[in-house]
Amino acid sequence: MRFIFKTKYSQDINIAKHNGDRFWYSLLILIMVALPLVLDDFYLGEISYICILSIAGIGLMILSGYTGLASLGHAAFLGVGAYTHAFLLTNGIPFYASIPIVIIVSFLVGAAIGIPILRLTGMYLAIATLALGFIAEHVFIKWEHFTGGNRGLPVPQPEFLGMSFYDSVFFYYVCLVFLIAAMFAAINILRSPTGRAFVAIRDSEIAAQSLGVNLGLYKALSFAISGAFTGLAGALLAHYIGYLAPDIFNIFLSLTLLLLIVVGGMGSLHGTVFGAIFVGFLPQLIAICRDYLPSSIGSQPGLEPMLFGLILVFFILYEPLGIYGRWMKIKLFFELFPTYKRQTFKKQKVFTKSDRV
Amino acid sequence: MQLIQLLIDGIASGCIYGLVALGFVLIYKATETINFAQGDILMLGAFVAYSLIGILGMDYLTGFALTVLIIAVFGFFLDAVVVRQIIGQPAFATVMLTIGLGFIFRGFASIYWGTDIFSFSTPFSGKITEFNGLIISYVNLSIIIGTAVLMSALYFFFTFSKIGVAMRASSENQLAAYYMGIPVKFIFSLIWSISAGVAAVAGVLLAPITLVDTSISLIGLKAFAAAVLGGFGSIPGAIVGGIIIGIVEQLCGTYENYLFEGVREISAYLVLILTLIIYPRGLFSDKAEVKKV
Amino acid sequence: MSLFEVKNITVAFGGVKALNDVSFGVDKGEIFTIIGPNGAGKSTLFNVISRIYEPSKGEIYFENQNISKTKPHNISKLGIARTFQNLELFENATVLQNLLLGRHIYKRTNILSEVFFTPSARKQEHEYRLKVEEVIDFLDLQHYRDTLINGLPYGVRKNVELARALCTDPKLLLLDEPSSGLTNEETIDLGFWIKDIQSLLGITIIMIEHDMSFVNKVSDRILALNYGKILASGLPEEIKNNADVKQAYMGE
Repeated sequence: MRFIFKTKYSQDINIAKHNGDRFWYSLLILIMVALPLVLDDFYLGEISYICILSIAGIGLMILSGYTGLASLGHAAFLGVGAYTHAFLLTNGIPFYASIPIVIIVSFLVGAAIGIPILRLTGMYLAIATLALGFIAEHVFIKWEHFTGGNRGLPVPQPEFLGMSFYDSVFFYYVCLVFLIAAMFAAINILRSPTGRAFVAIRDSEIAAQSLGVNLGLYKALSFAISGAFTGLAGALLAHYIGYLAPDIFNIFLSLTLLLLIVVGGMGSLHGTVFGAIFVGFLPQLIAICRDYLPSSIGSQPGLEPMLFGLILVFFILYEPLGIYGRWMKIKLFFELFPTYKRQTFKKQKVFTKSDRV
Repeated sequence: MQLIQLLIDGIASGCIYGLVALGFVLIYKATETINFAQGDILMLGAFVAYSLIGILGMDYLTGFALTVLIIAVFGFFLDAVVVRQIIGQPAFATVMLTIGLGFIFRGFASIYWGTDIFSFSTPFSGKITEFNGLIISYVNLSIIIGTAVLMSALYFFFTFSKIGVAMRASSENQLAAYYMGIPVKFIFSLIWSISAGVAAVAGVLLAPITLVDTSISLIGLKAFAAAVLGGFGSIPGAIVGGIIIGIVEQLCGTYENYLFEGVREISAYLVLILTLIIYPRGLFSDKAEVKKV
Repeated sequence: MSLFEVKNITVAFGGVKALNDVSFGVDKGEIFTIIGPNGAGKSTLFNVISRIYEPSKGEIYFENQNISKTKPHNISKLGIARTFQNLELFENATVLQNLLLGRHIYKRTNILSEVFFTPSARKQEHEYRLKVEEVIDFLDLQHYRDTLINGLPYGVRKNVELARALCTDPKLLLLDEPSSGLTNEETIDLGFWIKDIQSLLGITIIMIEHDMSFVNKVSDRILALNYGKILASGLPEEIKNNADVKQAYMGE
């Protein structure tokens, strides 16, 4: 077990708490940078996709994991980001100018959605976001001038810094840089008063309010920030898929994002990456399952939703803190060995806090 | 005359939304959780009825009753085995759990029954009656009458039967009910079983109209609109909300040209959002607005 | 002139009047205790002051300013902090994070400076921390800085909630049953702390409390409520011997 001798307040404020952290995270980034040397295009593409999913996951994590507001329609923000980006690129706006505009537009869309529905709590919010997700999908279909409707919209792949987005190594680096930047931005928000206010709203609205947190403002802000991250992911996703069709941004994608944060671990940014890796490799996992199951079941199209549901239920029931929670437990087991006690993480008896008003 | 015709069609489809919404409301009132898998249970109901009536060749009414019984027992154990484990956890957990369950049901249905569209014959199929120039199909009539019968049965059950009263007590105050010797856990499972049964009724009644495939579980999402409009705690509210949604959908479909294209498909969701923004308490809310501290 | 005044407050839930025409004033530097049987309207009164409930009638004045229409989240900016009867802590955060939230009203950064964590954001965190450390020293919370609230014993949690309220640098502190659930020793400590908060920090305190020996020890003045109405108010001695209060409590 590591004991840190603290002599400065800055040590609590800094992102890396000790040299061990600094070493391991630098090593991780180095490995990520060196990956194109060993991996082929297919796997680079997969990892780029995981980076994009992670960025979207950060967005949803801030909203659901940190502010405690469920969103069942988050694919809408991916759609807003993707379509805005594709539209801007089609109209000759360069990549470096389009991305900031996408972030601002998704931020504003998030705020615009957040403000009317921020009075809702818990279940009502979940239902409202679900409905908004459907409405957004419908808008993507019908607003043909902007989205191309059901015909779809090809995404231009312009040159950026003299490189092409068709080059999978270059695209991988773009995704990686955005993921690292998004991580830093999220960490910074979360260690500032705004991030603490989010956590306060999650844990006790009434106390947060009594400490001067403007509930309405901060919930809308959380929606907006979440929208901005997810919109950015949407813009990158547009490059990744290359051709936008409205049914990409359906409820299944929204639920996949939720699966991502639940499996990764609610309330941790590590969790978004773990969850993204899991969700990114889920199709392969399912393919493997198909091979092992008897062909009468293995060839059924229903297998995918079934496994999706089973995983979700399994994590909610048995590992509510997700992969990150499991990781923490394993880490603690070795740190405390042989004195680790199961009870350390035993679920506390919780009594229902009524949502009723 | 055309308007009245629309109203009747709207009421019929609205009754289905209402029945599904009723399932939401029952569970919400008792346990403060929302069962996002309600629509999927409806789908299971329709499939089970297809198996019994369409494949095994049972008589319609026997098949109907058996289906409701099977799904109700299924609902009971769904709560007793799975859902009960996460009572007391944040709302988010139950939302995710029931969504996950919904996926499992849908996956199971498409593995077991396949992805084709099925139908089975009912005594109402294809028959119509004329009344003052109005054309009413027997199917619609069966839905409206079925809903009315079920509603009155539930009303008497909750008001007069001992178990019904115990259920109301448990949903008012769990702890007090527990102290009074009411087996609260059993009661909750029973409520899940009733709401699953109601969903099965809706599924079987609906089957002649939409036919049976996995996509009918989407009705559950539109039923949210009905439940919210009705006040999400009120049983008559759920039915009235459902009927309003059904009528609005019919009207939007007919007058699409005056509104905007595709309004019908999202009209339920628009009503839902507008209700939540303008009048989140819904039409039949019985609770005074007092925040708990 | 009173620091804090409640004038003719009436709160009705449906037909039930939880508070009926209640008026009183609290002077600067006082420890003012509200007692009364369950359901007397004590917590309702606090919730009206925090603007969680809307009074049907009456006004509240703080430093001669009418706060009956102030937004709930602006109450703490005026210098009124509170604790809750059934602890409202941020359970999945550390003690330090809970206390830092007490400084939220002094936030100067905007979202952009936070995203980039500019030097001014860092400086602000340092300032917050200085004040929080003062409170930690004052209430002996040094051991618990990095502990999650989840893992703390009840007594410490109560203490953390008091500390969080103090971090806002209040002029007026509302304590809702501060001694409930505490052991005897903890209650004695609490008595000293409350006296210290009054004398060292110069904070006026309004307190809801049931433990009469504790009340008599620390209070300067007492107000007795029953069925939403004022039964009596005055010095601890007067209340002790008041016939109406005895009647309400003992049924004599």
